[in-house]
Amino acid sequence: MSKQINVALIGNPNTGKTSVFNALTGLNQKVGNYPGITVEKKEGICKLPRGVKAHIIDLPGTYSLNASSLDENVVIELLLNKNDKDFPDVAVVVSDVENLKRNLLLFTQIKDLEIPTILVINMADRMKYKGISLDIPYLEAELNTKIAIVSTRKKEGIDNLKELISNFKELSITPCLSASEIDKEYFDNLRKAFPNQLLYKLWLVITQDVNFGKTDRNVIDAVADFKTKTKADLKKLQQKETIKRYQFINNTLKKGQNIDLSTAKDLRIRLDRILTHKVWGYVIFLFILLTIFQAIYDWSAIPMDFIDSAFASLSEWTKNALPEGALTSLLAEGIIPGLGGIVIFIPQIAFLFLFISVLEESGYMSRVVFLMDRGMRRFGLSGKSVVPLISGTACAIPAIMATRNIESWKERLITILVTPFTTCSARLPVYLIIISLVIPEGRFLGLGYQALTLMLLYLIGFASALISAMILNKVLKIKSKSFFVVEMPNYKLPLIKNVALTVVEKTKSFVFGAGKIILAISIVLWFLASYGPGDQFNNAEEIVTEKFASDNLTEDELQQEIASQKLEYSFIGLAGRAIEPAIRPLGYDWKIGIAIVSSFAAREVFVGTLATIYSVGSDDEDTIKNRMAGEVNPILGGPLFNFASGISLMLFYAFAMQCMSTLAVVKRETNSWKWPILQLVLMSAFAYVVALIAYQILI
Amino acid sequence: MEVTVAHLKRGEKAIIVDVSSINIPLKLLEMGCLPGNEVELVQLAPFSDPMYLKINGTHLAIRKETAIHIIIEITNE
Repeated sequence: MSKQINVALIGNPNTGKTSVFNALTGLNQKVGNYPGITVEKKEGICKLPRGVKAHIIDLPGTYSLNASSLDENVVIELLLNKNDKDFPDVAVVVSDVENLKRNLLLFTQIKDLEIPTILVINMADRMKYKGISLDIPYLEAELNTKIAIVSTRKKEGIDNLKELISNFKELSITPCLSASEIDKEYFDNLRKAFPNQLLYKLWLVITQDVNFGKTDRNVIDAVADFKTKTKADLKKLQQKETIKRYQFINNTLKKGQNIDLSTAKDLRIRLDRILTHKVWGYVIFLFILLTIFQAIYDWSAIPMDFIDSAFASLSEWTKNALPEGALTSLLAEGIIPGLGGIVIFIPQIAFLFLFISVLEESGYMSRVVFLMDRGMRRFGLSGKSVVPLISGTACAIPAIMATRNIESWKERLITILVTPFTTCSARLPVYLIIISLVIPEGRFLGLGYQALTLMLLYLIGFASALISAMILNKVLKIKSKSFFVVEMPNYKLPLIKNVALTVVEKTKSFVFGAGKIILAISIVLWFLASYGPGDQFNNAEEIVTEKFASDNLTEDELQQEIASQKLEYSFIGLAGRAIEPAIRPLGYDWKIGIAIVSSFAAREVFVGTLATIYSVGSDDEDTIKNRMAGEVNPILGGPLFNFASGISLMLFYAFAMQCMSTLAVVKRETNSWKWPILQLVLMSAFAYVVALIAYQILI
Repeated sequence: MEVTVAHLKRGEKAIIVDVSSINIPLKLLEMGCLPGNEVELVQLAPFSDPMYLKINGTHLAIRKETAIHIIIEITNE
């Protein structure tokens, strides 16, 4: 019988922990959430030698067991709770060969918890380049562990690591050093009070502010009474502990590691001289952003046209191939166009995630944080807010979660509140289709007008985020100590496997997450558009035939008139016309109104909604774009989607808070309904006013 | 006047003499910002803030407001 062992991957950020995880599990992984919180939980299965299976958890990166964020809490909670079903049989600490000294701090802490531990020294391919040599047997003896030298880049050492994991029972659990040395009297008392507990575990329980598992509750409560020292004293002790650990590590590495600086070549120095330069650094950053936007636009044009026409033909084919009836019509007019409205944006979303993950993986993102910190502080933000603001261009949800490493609560709260202004990928469908309708094609300085418009919309997003941050910074009366520490990792060529997995994972969750909502909404919309109350709907054919009796219409034209009469008096038509007075000053008709209302569930619903509304009743094989281009303004005549209404619509989407999932995440991250409600009301009201002004000026 | 990390010029190296534990987050200490370790100024952002440092082999950036609490002795080699 095969049995499964629990393996926890632990390590500092930027050590390639996730690469090791990917190398071990391949595609056998899933990403979920820890119950009740939004910290990402990555787990996977790995086959070990001799038929043993390992369940591997990739824990959030942390510099030590002294947790200072939600992500880091997850690590310590798991390691201190023996009753957790994921409690590791073996801990694998991943370290980076160039930062061994710092990485070993976390390692010694985990050893002190007496969990069998393996040390992975990753990025071994850089050793020669950096002039580093290691005395492995010596280090293994000093650290009471087994060491696996790994290079995920060269795919070396993974089999050896699997072998070590499967032999975890042979690992020593002797700690590296004893925490009690830092204050003998205090720790002696502690040991007397809890003779059966691990001393270092008690120490962590005392110093950490974390929710521990239920089972150890009585111990924890008792320990709480033991707090005979003030907070400041405890912090001094923690500092002393850190110094002790470094003394041990330095002594160990003095003999076990040799760095020959004369052979070390440093690419980072040369790269940093340019990339973090006072002038060139910013020029390059701007250039990178420009390239990304142009690429997203140009590269995805062909697959998008293909998907658009494919869905149009699929819908047409369904209509012809299946017997006529309500179900066929639901499929051909509701579900397929609705899904087409989301599938079409896969190319662009995938490219966006691709660029963001390359920026993160290469280490460049930290340089941006460094460059932008001073400027961002003027707006009440932190350099670290740049990461949420940039990844907000993909989706506000992970972006808001990425604010967790911002040390100051005020800076973090402001970042959370303004991030939804950045142009997320759900706005992209709306922008793209409207741009293609109302902005002419030409080029200016090699950049297309359409791409420039898109870029402008992104800039508007960033600018409104910054301006509202500045206002919030003045208005919010929160005092919080702000610390800013950011690691500047080495530049790395991104691993294709890591980037590919991120792109696939994120795109999938975007499509399926949004897909579910869109599917449900298109079914409801189809129903509301296909049925209606009263004579005007049910006797539409007779009424229309009578009305146009003298006009000598062809059969086709007559059918068209009947269809539009039906749509107008269907449930959705009635609802749409009820809200029409509110949106008419913005240049919209009731159909757009319906699309806007359903967009409050999620913005990307907009195109799908219009696709569903327009396809009910019309039976020509046509793309969504052509149908929208053919819509006529019922009052003024001329195309409904003209320059004025198009700009007004895009501005509305730029500012309005239309995403239920984001509101839910903001509620969870701020632990209050106050902030999401504030976002919803203020942003949407502002959007309405701006759209109104824009339309009235341009018309 | 005490010399602090905020006084470093680009490329200059120093040894950390003292860190005030009240004003320095534990995280920075854990990254190696401890008495006895070497610190080098790698790069400065405009207006000398934040500062890109190499401490004990680790590259990191901190703000000037934190840097003034790390007391050093410049070693000029």
